[in-house]
Amino acid sequence: MNGQQEQQERWLSRCLQIGFVLVLLLLWYLGTTYWGISGILLPNPVMVLHDLKEVLGSGEFLPDLEVTLFEVAVAFALSCVSGLALGYLISRSPYLIAMFEPLLSSVYSIPIILFLPLFVLFFGLGPWSKIALGATISFFPIVLNTIAGFGYVDRIFITAARSMGASNAQMFRYVLLPAALPVVLTGLRIGFTIALLAVLGSETIASFAGHRIAQLADAMETVRMFAYITFAVAIAAGLNALVSSLERQAKRR
Amino acid sequence: MTIGDVAIRIKDVSHQFGEPGDAQFVRVLQHASLDILRGELVCLIGPSGCGKSTLLNVIGGLIRPSSGTVEVGANLIHGPLPREIAFVFQENALFPWCTIIDNVRLGMVFQGVSKDQHEDRARTSLEAVGLSEFMRYYPEQLSGGMRQRAALARALSLETNILLMDEPFGALDEQTRMILGEDLSVLLARTAKTIVFVTHSLGEAVFLADRVAIFSARPGTIKATIKIDEPHPRKPGFVTTEKFAQLRNQLYGLLHDEIRKGVEFTAVMGPDS
Repeated sequence: MNGQQEQQERWLSRCLQIGFVLVLLLLWYLGTTYWGISGILLPNPVMVLHDLKEVLGSGEFLPDLEVTLFEVAVAFALSCVSGLALGYLISRSPYLIAMFEPLLSSVYSIPIILFLPLFVLFFGLGPWSKIALGATISFFPIVLNTIAGFGYVDRIFITAARSMGASNAQMFRYVLLPAALPVVLTGLRIGFTIALLAVLGSETIASFAGHRIAQLADAMETVRMFAYITFAVAIAAGLNALVSSLERQAKRR
Repeated sequence: MTIGDVAIRIKDVSHQFGEPGDAQFVRVLQHASLDILRGELVCLIGPSGCGKSTLLNVIGGLIRPSSGTVEVGANLIHGPLPREIAFVFQENALFPWCTIIDNVRLGMVFQGVSKDQHEDRARTSLEAVGLSEFMRYYPEQLSGGMRQRAALARALSLETNILLMDEPFGALDEQTRMILGEDLSVLLARTAKTIVFVTHSLGEAVFLADRVAIFSARPGTIKATIKIDEPHPRKPGFVTTEKFAQLRNQLYGLLHDEIRKGVEFTAVMGPDS
Protein backbone atom coordinates (compact mmCIF):
# COMPACT_ATOMS: atom_id res chain seq x y z
CA MET A 1 0.00 0.00 0.00
CA ASN A 2 1.95 2.94 -1.29
CA GLY A 3 0.05 6.16 -0.68
CA GLN A 4 2.18 8.22 -3.05
CA GLN A 5 1.80 5.78 -5.90
CA GLU A 6 -1.93 5.65 -5.30
CA GLN A 7 -2.09 9.45 -5.44
CA GLN A 8 -0.18 9.45 -8.71
CA GLU A 9 -2.51 6.90 -10.23
CA ARG A 10 -5.51 8.97 -9.18
CA TRP A 11 -3.99 12.04 -10.80
CA LEU A 12 -3.23 10.19 -14.00
CA SER A 13 -6.74 8.82 -14.33
CA ARG A 14 -8.24 12.25 -13.58
CA CYS A 15 -6.04 13.80 -16.32
CA LEU A 16 -7.09 11.10 -18.80
CA GLN A 17 -10.75 11.73 -18.00
CA ILE A 18 -10.39 15.47 -18.58
CA GLY A 19 -8.32 14.81 -21.70
CA PHE A 20 -11.06 12.60 -23.11
CA VAL A 21 -13.65 15.35 -22.70
CA LEU A 22 -11.31 17.93 -24.24
CA VAL A 23 -10.63 15.72 -27.27
CA LEU A 24 -14.37 15.27 -27.73
CA LEU A 25 -14.88 19.04 -27.64
CA LEU A 26 -12.02 19.54 -30.05
CA LEU A 27 -13.50 17.03 -32.50
CA TRP A 28 -16.86 18.82 -32.18
CA TYR A 29 -15.21 22.12 -32.96
CA LEU A 30 -13.14 20.81 -35.86
CA GLY A 31 -16.08 18.88 -37.29
CA THR A 32 -18.38 21.85 -37.38
CA THR A 33 -15.83 24.50 -38.36
CA TYR A 34 -13.62 22.76 -40.93
CA TRP A 35 -15.10 19.42 -41.92
CA GLY A 36 -18.41 20.69 -43.16
CA ILE A 37 -20.91 19.14 -40.77
CA SER A 38 -24.20 20.97 -41.25
CA GLY A 39 -24.90 23.53 -38.56
CA ILE A 40 -28.51 22.45 -38.44
CA LEU A 41 -27.56 18.92 -37.40
CA LEU A 42 -24.70 19.87 -35.12
CA PRO A 43 -24.12 23.53 -34.33
CA ASN A 44 -20.71 25.00 -33.72
CA PRO A 45 -19.67 24.77 -30.02
CA VAL A 46 -18.62 28.41 -29.97
CA MET A 47 -22.13 29.44 -30.97
CA VAL A 48 -23.60 27.06 -28.43
CA LEU A 49 -21.43 28.60 -25.73
CA HIS A 50 -22.62 32.04 -26.78
CA ASP A 51 -26.26 30.97 -26.54
CA LEU A 52 -25.64 29.21 -23.26
CA LYS A 53 -24.38 32.49 -21.82
CA GLU A 54 -27.48 34.20 -23.10
CA VAL A 55 -29.78 31.58 -21.59
CA LEU A 56 -27.97 31.71 -18.24
CA GLY A 57 -27.90 35.51 -18.30
CA SER A 58 -31.57 35.92 -19.07
CA GLY A 59 -32.66 33.57 -16.32
CA GLU A 60 -35.39 32.23 -18.60
CA PHE A 61 -34.47 28.70 -17.43
CA LEU A 62 -35.18 29.37 -13.75
CA PRO A 63 -38.86 28.44 -13.56
CA ASP A 64 -38.16 25.34 -15.68
CA LEU A 65 -35.24 24.31 -13.50
CA GLU A 66 -37.24 24.81 -10.34
CA VAL A 67 -40.03 22.57 -11.59
CA THR A 68 -37.63 19.87 -12.79
CA LEU A 69 -35.67 19.78 -9.53
CA PHE A 70 -38.89 19.72 -7.53
CA GLU A 71 -40.15 16.79 -9.57
CA VAL A 72 -36.90 14.85 -9.18
CA ALA A 73 -36.78 15.51 -5.44
CA VAL A 74 -40.34 14.37 -4.79
CA ALA A 75 -40.03 11.35 -7.10
CA PHE A 76 -36.80 10.28 -5.40
CA ALA A 77 -38.20 10.78 -1.91
CA LEU A 78 -41.24 8.64 -2.74
CA SER A 79 -39.20 5.82 -4.25
CA CYS A 80 -36.70 5.92 -1.36
CA VAL A 81 -39.32 5.53 1.32
CA SER A 82 -41.32 2.85 -0.47
CA GLY A 83 -38.29 0.99 -1.86
CA LEU A 84 -36.38 0.87 1.43
CA ALA A 85 -39.41 -0.12 3.49
CA LEU A 86 -40.71 -2.80 1.12
CA GLY A 87 -37.22 -4.10 0.36
CA TYR A 88 -36.44 -4.51 4.04
CA LEU A 89 -39.73 -6.26 4.77
CA ILE A 90 -39.25 -8.66 1.85
CA SER A 91 -35.65 -9.39 2.86
CA ARG A 92 -36.80 -10.72 6.25
CA SER A 93 -38.13 -13.94 4.80
CA PRO A 94 -36.47 -16.28 2.28
CA TYR A 95 -39.94 -17.20 1.10
CA LEU A 96 -40.83 -13.57 0.30
CA ILE A 97 -37.46 -13.07 -1.41
CA ALA A 98 -38.05 -16.11 -3.59
CA MET A 99 -41.50 -14.80 -4.47
CA PHE A 100 -40.88 -11.08 -5.04
CA GLU A 101 -37.30 -10.79 -6.25
CA PRO A 102 -37.84 -12.41 -9.69
CA LEU A 103 -41.13 -10.56 -10.06
CA LEU A 104 -39.59 -7.16 -9.32
CA SER A 105 -36.53 -7.73 -11.48
CA SER A 106 -38.64 -8.73 -14.46
CA VAL A 107 -40.81 -5.63 -14.11
CA TYR A 108 -37.59 -3.60 -13.76
CA SER A 109 -36.51 -4.74 -17.21
CA ILE A 110 -39.66 -3.31 -18.85
CA PRO A 111 -39.14 0.22 -20.27
CA ILE A 112 -41.71 1.84 -17.98
CA ILE A 113 -41.35 5.17 -19.82
CA LEU A 114 -43.55 3.62 -22.53
CA PHE A 115 -46.42 3.94 -20.06
CA LEU A 116 -46.02 7.73 -19.88
CA PRO A 117 -49.33 8.35 -21.72
CA LEU A 118 -51.04 6.28 -19.04
CA PHE A 119 -49.40 8.34 -16.31
CA VAL A 120 -50.49 11.52 -18.07
CA LEU A 121 -54.00 10.14 -18.23
CA PHE A 122 -54.01 9.44 -14.49
CA PHE A 123 -52.10 12.45 -13.21
CA GLY A 124 -52.57 15.10 -15.88
CA LEU A 125 -50.01 17.05 -17.91
CA GLY A 126 -48.59 18.83 -14.85
CA PRO A 127 -45.63 17.83 -12.70
CA TRP A 128 -47.44 14.93 -10.97
CA SER A 129 -47.35 12.64 -14.00
CA LYS A 130 -43.54 13.04 -14.17
CA ILE A 131 -43.20 12.60 -10.43
CA ALA A 132 -45.25 9.42 -10.56
CA LEU A 133 -43.24 8.09 -13.49
CA GLY A 134 -39.89 8.99 -11.90
CA ALA A 135 -40.91 7.45 -8.59
CA THR A 136 -42.16 4.26 -10.26
CA ILE A 137 -39.02 3.79 -12.33
CA SER A 138 -36.54 4.56 -9.55
CA PHE A 139 -38.45 2.39 -7.07
CA PHE A 140 -37.11 -0.79 -8.71
CA PRO A 141 -33.35 -0.45 -8.31
CA ILE A 142 -33.88 0.77 -4.75
CA VAL A 143 -36.15 -2.08 -3.69
CA LEU A 144 -34.00 -4.70 -5.45
CA ASN A 145 -30.76 -3.47 -3.91
CA THR A 146 -32.38 -3.24 -0.49
CA ILE A 147 -33.45 -6.88 -0.80
CA ALA A 148 -29.98 -7.87 -1.99
CA GLY A 149 -28.32 -5.89 0.79
CA PHE A 150 -30.39 -7.10 3.73
CA GLY A 151 -31.41 -10.51 2.38
CA TYR A 152 -27.97 -11.94 1.70
CA VAL A 153 -25.98 -10.97 4.80
CA ASP A 154 -23.44 -13.74 5.43
CA ARG A 155 -25.01 -16.22 7.90
CA ILE A 156 -21.79 -16.47 9.89
CA PHE A 157 -22.07 -12.81 10.99
CA ILE A 158 -25.62 -13.35 12.20
CA THR A 159 -24.72 -16.61 13.95
CA ALA A 160 -21.68 -15.04 15.61
CA ALA A 161 -23.69 -12.05 16.84
CA ARG A 162 -26.44 -14.33 18.11
CA SER A 163 -23.94 -16.51 20.00
CA MET A 164 -22.66 -13.39 21.75
CA GLY A 165 -26.20 -12.46 22.79
CA ALA A 166 -27.11 -9.67 20.34
CA SER A 167 -30.71 -8.43 20.73
CA ASN A 168 -32.82 -7.83 17.62
CA ALA A 169 -32.17 -4.09 17.75
CA GLN A 170 -28.42 -4.66 18.17
CA MET A 171 -28.46 -7.17 15.34
CA PHE A 172 -30.00 -4.53 13.05
CA ARG A 173 -27.77 -1.66 14.09
CA TYR A 174 -24.41 -3.42 14.36
CA VAL A 175 -24.70 -6.31 11.89
CA LEU A 176 -27.49 -6.07 9.30
CA LEU A 177 -27.21 -2.34 8.60
CA PRO A 178 -23.43 -2.11 8.13
CA ALA A 179 -23.43 -5.34 6.10
CA ALA A 180 -26.21 -4.13 3.80
CA LEU A 181 -25.25 -0.45 3.55
CA PRO A 182 -22.87 -0.52 0.57
CA VAL A 183 -25.37 -2.39 -1.62
CA VAL A 184 -28.32 -0.28 -0.46
CA LEU A 185 -26.44 2.98 -1.10
CA THR A 186 -25.58 1.85 -4.62
CA GLY A 187 -29.29 1.19 -5.15
CA LEU A 188 -30.11 4.70 -3.96
CA ARG A 189 -27.56 6.25 -6.31
CA ILE A 190 -28.85 4.30 -9.30
CA GLY A 191 -32.41 5.17 -8.23
CA PHE A 192 -31.54 8.86 -8.18
CA THR A 193 -29.93 8.78 -11.60
CA ILE A 194 -32.92 6.96 -13.04
CA ALA A 195 -35.40 9.35 -11.41
CA LEU A 196 -33.55 12.24 -13.05
CA LEU A 197 -33.51 10.52 -16.43
CA ALA A 198 -37.18 9.66 -16.20
CA VAL A 199 -38.23 13.17 -15.26
CA LEU A 200 -36.13 14.86 -17.95
CA GLY A 201 -37.16 12.26 -20.51
CA SER A 202 -40.85 12.59 -19.81
CA GLU A 203 -40.55 16.38 -19.91
CA THR A 204 -39.29 16.25 -23.50
CA ILE A 205 -42.63 14.67 -24.26
CA ALA A 206 -44.81 16.88 -22.07
CA SER A 207 -44.00 20.33 -20.66
CA PHE A 208 -41.21 22.29 -18.91
CA ALA A 209 -37.41 22.15 -19.19
CA GLY A 210 -37.23 18.97 -21.23
CA HIS A 211 -40.13 20.18 -23.30
CA ARG A 212 -38.29 23.34 -24.21
CA ILE A 213 -35.51 21.22 -25.70
CA ALA A 214 -38.01 19.31 -27.80
CA GLN A 215 -39.72 22.56 -28.86
CA LEU A 216 -36.44 24.06 -30.02
CA ALA A 217 -35.67 20.89 -31.97
CA ASP A 218 -39.01 21.17 -33.73
CA ALA A 219 -38.27 24.80 -34.54
CA MET A 220 -34.84 23.80 -35.92
CA GLU A 221 -33.21 26.16 -33.43
CA THR A 222 -30.43 23.70 -32.88
CA VAL A 223 -27.95 26.17 -31.39
CA ARG A 224 -30.31 27.16 -28.62
CA MET A 225 -31.39 23.53 -28.22
CA PHE A 226 -27.78 22.48 -27.70
CA ALA A 227 -27.33 25.28 -25.21
CA TYR A 228 -30.24 23.83 -23.24
CA ILE A 229 -28.93 20.29 -23.58
CA THR A 230 -25.51 21.38 -22.37
CA PHE A 231 -27.15 23.04 -19.44
CA ALA A 232 -29.24 19.96 -18.61
CA VAL A 233 -26.18 17.72 -18.91
CA ALA A 234 -24.21 19.98 -16.58
CA ILE A 235 -27.01 19.95 -13.99
CA ALA A 236 -27.41 16.17 -14.24
CA ALA A 237 -23.66 15.57 -14.00
CA GLY A 238 -23.42 17.91 -11.03
CA LEU A 239 -26.25 16.18 -9.19
CA ASN A 240 -24.77 12.77 -9.93
CA ALA A 241 -21.37 13.80 -8.66
CA LEU A 242 -23.03 15.09 -5.51
CA VAL A 243 -24.94 11.86 -4.91
CA SER A 244 -21.87 9.72 -5.67
CA SER A 245 -19.74 11.64 -3.20
CA LEU A 246 -22.46 11.32 -0.56
CA GLU A 247 -22.48 7.58 -1.23
CA ARG A 248 -18.70 7.33 -0.88
CA GLN A 249 -18.74 9.32 2.33
CA ALA A 250 -21.49 7.19 3.87
CA LYS A 251 -19.63 4.00 2.93
CA ARG A 252 -16.44 5.27 4.49
CA ARG A 253 -18.20 6.46 7.66
CA MET B 1 -16.26 -37.64 39.61
CA THR B 2 -19.13 -35.79 41.26
CA ILE B 3 -21.92 -33.98 39.49
CA GLY B 4 -20.38 -30.63 40.42
CA ASP B 5 -17.32 -31.38 38.33
CA VAL B 6 -19.30 -31.71 35.14
CA ALA B 7 -19.37 -28.48 33.14
CA ILE B 8 -21.26 -29.78 30.11
CA ARG B 9 -23.49 -32.83 30.14
CA ILE B 10 -24.50 -34.07 26.70
CA LYS B 11 -27.30 -36.61 27.07
CA ASP B 12 -28.43 -38.81 24.23
CA VAL B 13 -28.39 -36.06 21.58
CA SER B 14 -29.70 -36.97 18.15
CA HIS B 15 -30.17 -34.59 15.27
CA GLN B 16 -31.52 -34.84 11.77
CA PHE B 17 -32.06 -32.34 8.98
CA GLY B 18 -35.37 -32.69 7.15
CA GLU B 19 -38.00 -35.40 7.62
CA PRO B 20 -37.69 -39.11 6.82
CA GLY B 21 -38.59 -39.58 3.17
CA ASP B 22 -37.34 -36.12 2.08
CA ALA B 23 -34.60 -36.03 -0.53
CA GLN B 24 -32.69 -33.76 1.85
CA PHE B 25 -33.15 -35.99 4.88
CA VAL B 26 -29.87 -36.57 6.76
CA ARG B 27 -29.40 -38.12 10.16
CA VAL B 28 -26.26 -36.40 11.44
CA LEU B 29 -26.11 -37.33 15.12
CA GLN B 30 -27.37 -40.42 16.86
CA HIS B 31 -27.49 -40.84 20.62
CA ALA B 32 -24.34 -38.88 21.36
CA SER B 33 -23.58 -38.65 25.08
CA LEU B 34 -20.57 -37.14 26.82
CA ASP B 35 -19.74 -35.48 30.13
CA ILE B 36 -17.16 -32.74 29.93
CA LEU B 37 -15.44 -31.77 33.16
CA ARG B 38 -14.82 -28.29 34.45
CA GLY B 39 -11.52 -26.96 33.11
CA GLU B 40 -11.13 -29.81 30.65
CA LEU B 41 -10.15 -29.40 27.00
CA VAL B 42 -12.00 -31.97 24.93
CA CYS B 43 -11.31 -32.39 21.22
CA LEU B 44 -14.05 -33.78 19.01
CA ILE B 45 -12.58 -35.60 16.05
CA GLY B 46 -14.21 -37.67 13.34
CA PRO B 47 -14.81 -38.09 9.62
CA SER B 48 -16.34 -35.30 7.54
CA GLY B 49 -20.06 -34.97 8.06
CA CYS B 50 -20.09 -36.99 11.28
CA GLY B 51 -21.91 -34.22 13.11
CA LYS B 52 -19.13 -32.96 15.37
CA SER B 53 -19.73 -29.34 14.38
CA THR B 54 -23.47 -29.91 14.73
CA LEU B 55 -22.89 -31.17 18.27
CA LEU B 56 -20.82 -28.08 19.04
CA ASN B 57 -23.66 -25.86 17.80
CA VAL B 58 -26.11 -27.86 19.91
CA ILE B 59 -23.95 -27.28 23.00
CA GLY B 60 -23.82 -23.57 22.20
CA GLY B 61 -27.60 -23.38 21.74
CA LEU B 62 -27.37 -22.39 18.07
CA ILE B 63 -29.09 -25.59 16.91
CA ARG B 64 -31.92 -27.22 18.77
CA PRO B 65 -31.42 -31.00 18.60
CA SER B 66 -34.17 -33.31 17.34
CA SER B 67 -33.92 -35.17 20.65
CA GLY B 68 -31.74 -35.30 23.73
CA THR B 69 -30.52 -32.54 26.03
CA VAL B 70 -27.44 -30.54 26.91
CA GLU B 71 -26.92 -29.17 30.41
CA VAL B 72 -24.41 -26.45 31.15
CA GLY B 73 -24.08 -26.13 34.92
CA ALA B 74 -27.64 -25.79 36.14
CA ASN B 75 -28.96 -24.62 32.75
CA LEU B 76 -30.76 -26.79 30.28
CA ILE B 77 -29.71 -25.40 26.88
CA HIS B 78 -32.57 -23.86 24.85
CA GLY B 79 -30.69 -21.11 23.06
CA PRO B 80 -27.40 -19.21 23.26
CA LEU B 81 -26.03 -18.55 26.75
CA PRO B 82 -23.71 -15.65 25.97
CA ARG B 83 -22.62 -15.17 29.58
CA GLU B 84 -21.53 -18.79 29.86
CA ILE B 85 -20.43 -19.79 26.39
CA ALA B 86 -18.28 -18.08 23.76
CA PHE B 87 -17.59 -19.32 20.23
CA VAL B 88 -14.63 -19.24 17.88
CA PHE B 89 -15.78 -20.20 14.40
CA GLN B 90 -13.83 -21.76 11.58
CA GLU B 91 -14.71 -19.16 9.04
CA ASN B 92 -13.71 -15.64 9.46
CA ALA B 93 -16.54 -14.43 11.67
CA LEU B 94 -15.01 -11.03 12.40
CA PHE B 95 -17.15 -8.13 11.18
CA PRO B 96 -15.25 -6.69 8.20
CA TRP B 97 -16.66 -3.19 8.76
CA CYS B 98 -15.09 -2.90 12.25
CA THR B 99 -11.45 -2.60 13.25
CA ILE B 100 -10.02 -5.44 15.33
CA ILE B 101 -10.54 -3.64 18.61
CA ASP B 102 -14.07 -2.62 17.61
CA ASN B 103 -14.84 -6.26 16.84
CA VAL B 104 -13.75 -7.18 20.36
CA ARG B 105 -15.75 -4.29 21.84
CA LEU B 106 -18.86 -5.21 19.87
CA GLY B 107 -18.83 -8.71 21.40
CA MET B 108 -18.98 -7.10 24.82
CA VAL B 109 -21.77 -4.77 23.69
CA PHE B 110 -23.80 -7.81 22.63
CA GLN B 111 -23.02 -9.67 25.83
CA GLY B 112 -24.06 -6.64 27.90
CA VAL B 113 -20.75 -5.79 29.58
CA SER B 114 -20.83 -2.32 31.13
CA LYS B 115 -19.12 0.22 28.95
CA ASP B 116 -16.36 1.30 31.31
CA GLN B 117 -14.86 -2.21 31.15
CA HIS B 118 -14.73 -2.45 27.34
CA GLU B 119 -11.42 -0.71 26.78
CA ASP B 120 -9.51 -2.61 29.48
CA ARG B 121 -10.84 -6.01 28.60
CA ALA B 122 -10.35 -5.49 24.87
CA ARG B 123 -6.74 -4.42 25.36
CA THR B 124 -5.98 -7.25 27.76
CA SER B 125 -7.36 -9.93 25.47
CA LEU B 126 -5.68 -8.51 22.37
CA GLU B 127 -2.41 -8.41 24.26
CA ALA B 128 -2.89 -12.03 25.31
CA VAL B 129 -3.06 -13.14 21.68
CA GLY B 130 -0.25 -10.80 20.61
CA LEU B 131 -2.26 -8.37 18.51
CA SER B 132 -1.84 -5.14 20.48
CA GLU B 133 -0.08 -3.45 17.59
CA PHE B 134 -2.78 -4.40 15.12
CA MET B 135 -5.92 -3.41 16.97
CA ARG B 136 -6.64 -0.44 14.69
CA TYR B 137 -6.40 -2.60 11.55
CA TYR B 138 -9.38 -3.96 9.66
CA PRO B 139 -9.71 -7.76 9.42
CA GLU B 140 -8.98 -7.77 5.68
CA GLN B 141 -5.59 -6.20 6.37
CA LEU B 142 -4.50 -9.15 8.54
CA SER B 143 -3.40 -12.67 7.63
CA GLY B 144 -5.70 -15.64 8.24
CA GLY B 145 -3.75 -16.64 11.34
CA MET B 146 -3.95 -13.15 12.80
CA ARG B 147 -7.67 -13.00 12.11
CA GLN B 148 -8.20 -16.20 14.06
CA ARG B 149 -6.14 -14.76 16.91
CA ALA B 150 -8.43 -11.74 16.84
CA ALA B 151 -11.50 -14.00 16.89
CA LEU B 152 -9.98 -15.76 19.91
CA ALA B 153 -9.37 -12.41 21.59
CA ARG B 154 -13.02 -11.50 21.05
CA ALA B 155 -14.10 -14.77 22.67
CA LEU B 156 -11.65 -14.33 25.58
CA SER B 157 -12.83 -10.80 26.29
CA LEU B 158 -16.29 -12.19 27.01
CA GLU B 159 -14.81 -13.98 30.05
CA THR B 160 -17.05 -17.00 29.76
CA ASN B 161 -16.40 -20.28 31.55
CA ILE B 162 -16.84 -22.25 28.37
CA LEU B 163 -15.17 -21.79 25.00
CA LEU B 164 -16.41 -23.66 21.94
CA MET B 165 -14.00 -23.76 19.02
CA ASP B 166 -15.19 -25.04 15.65
CA GLU B 167 -12.09 -25.97 13.66
CA PRO B 168 -10.63 -22.56 14.43
CA PHE B 169 -7.42 -23.29 12.53
CA GLY B 170 -9.08 -25.30 9.78
CA ALA B 171 -8.47 -22.76 7.03
CA LEU B 172 -4.83 -22.10 7.94
CA ASP B 173 -1.63 -23.61 6.62
CA GLU B 174 0.18 -26.33 8.57
CA GLN B 175 2.92 -24.14 10.03
CA THR B 176 0.65 -21.33 11.17
CA ARG B 177 -1.56 -24.01 12.71
CA MET B 178 1.31 -25.45 14.72
CA ILE B 179 2.33 -22.06 16.09
CA LEU B 180 -1.25 -21.12 16.95
CA GLY B 181 -1.71 -24.50 18.63
CA GLU B 182 1.35 -23.95 20.80
CA ASP B 183 0.26 -20.43 21.70
CA LEU B 184 -3.25 -21.63 22.47
CA SER B 185 -1.95 -24.29 24.84
CA VAL B 186 0.11 -21.69 26.73
CA LEU B 187 -2.77 -19.22 26.78
CA LEU B 188 -5.35 -21.71 27.97
CA ALA B 189 -3.15 -23.20 30.67
CA ARG B 190 -3.44 -19.81 32.36
CA THR B 191 -7.22 -19.75 32.30
CA ALA B 192 -9.50 -22.31 33.87
CA LYS B 193 -11.84 -22.51 30.92
CA THR B 194 -13.73 -25.57 29.81
CA ILE B 195 -13.06 -25.98 26.11
CA VAL B 196 -14.62 -28.07 23.37
CA PHE B 197 -12.51 -28.02 20.25
CA VAL B 198 -13.58 -29.55 16.93
CA THR B 199 -10.75 -30.57 14.63
CA HIS B 200 -9.84 -32.74 11.66
CA SER B 201 -6.22 -32.97 12.63
CA LEU B 202 -5.01 -35.95 14.68
CA GLY B 203 -1.84 -34.12 15.72
CA GLU B 204 -3.77 -31.05 16.81
CA ALA B 205 -6.13 -33.19 18.90
CA VAL B 206 -3.31 -35.03 20.68
CA PHE B 207 -1.31 -31.84 21.18
CA LEU B 208 -4.13 -29.77 22.68
CA ALA B 209 -6.61 -32.07 24.39
CA ASP B 210 -6.99 -33.53 27.83
CA ARG B 211 -9.38 -35.97 26.25
CA VAL B 212 -10.22 -36.77 22.64
CA ALA B 213 -13.71 -37.94 21.71
CA ILE B 214 -13.80 -39.97 18.51
CA PHE B 215 -16.92 -39.89 16.37
CA SER B 216 -18.20 -42.67 14.17
CA ALA B 217 -19.16 -41.96 10.56
CA ARG B 218 -22.58 -40.42 9.97
CA PRO B 219 -24.92 -40.70 11.74
CA GLY B 220 -22.30 -39.68 14.29
CA THR B 221 -22.07 -41.00 17.77
CA ILE B 222 -19.18 -40.93 20.19
CA LYS B 223 -17.37 -44.19 19.63
CA ALA B 224 -14.55 -43.86 22.15
CA THR B 225 -12.63 -41.32 24.19
CA ILE B 226 -8.93 -41.41 24.93
CA LYS B 227 -7.14 -39.47 27.66
CA ILE B 228 -4.02 -37.46 26.88
CA ASP B 229 -2.14 -37.44 30.16
CA GLU B 230 0.32 -34.59 29.69
CA PRO B 231 0.47 -31.38 31.72
CA HIS B 232 -0.43 -28.00 30.20
CA PRO B 233 1.03 -25.91 28.72
CA ARG B 234 2.27 -28.46 26.23
CA LYS B 235 5.86 -27.97 25.11
CA PRO B 236 6.59 -27.82 21.37
CA GLY B 237 8.88 -30.82 21.99
CA PHE B 238 5.87 -32.94 22.98
CA VAL B 239 5.21 -33.51 19.28
CA THR B 240 8.46 -35.43 18.82
CA THR B 241 8.06 -37.75 21.81
CA GLU B 242 7.33 -41.48 21.64
CA LYS B 243 4.23 -40.87 23.74
CA PHE B 244 2.83 -38.42 21.20
CA ALA B 245 3.44 -40.85 18.35
CA GLN B 246 1.77 -43.67 20.25
CA LEU B 247 -1.31 -41.61 21.10
CA ARG B 248 -1.55 -40.36 17.56
CA ASN B 249 -1.34 -43.92 16.22
CA GLN B 250 -3.96 -45.09 18.66
CA LEU B 251 -6.23 -42.29 17.51
CA TYR B 252 -5.52 -43.10 13.87
CA GLY B 253 -6.39 -46.77 14.51
CA LEU B 254 -9.73 -45.79 16.01
CA LEU B 255 -10.52 -43.33 13.24
CA HIS B 256 -9.32 -45.07 10.12
CA ASP B 257 -12.34 -47.27 9.44
CA GLU B 258 -14.75 -44.46 10.21
CA ILE B 259 -12.98 -42.05 7.87
CA ARG B 260 -13.19 -44.62 5.06
CA LYS B 261 -16.92 -45.04 5.68
CA GLY B 262 -17.33 -41.28 5.82
CA VAL B 263 -15.50 -40.75 2.54
CA GLU B 264 -17.56 -43.39 0.76
CA PHE B 265 -20.74 -41.90 2.14
CA THR B 266 -19.71 -38.43 0.98
CA ALA B 267 -18.92 -39.80 -2.47
CA VAL B 268 -22.49 -41.06 -2.73
CA MET B 269 -24.26 -38.12 -1.11
CA GLY B 270 -22.04 -35.26 -2.15
CA PRO B 271 -20.15 -33.10 0.35
CA ASP B 272 -21.58 -30.57 2.78
CA SER B 273 -24.90 -32.30 3.23
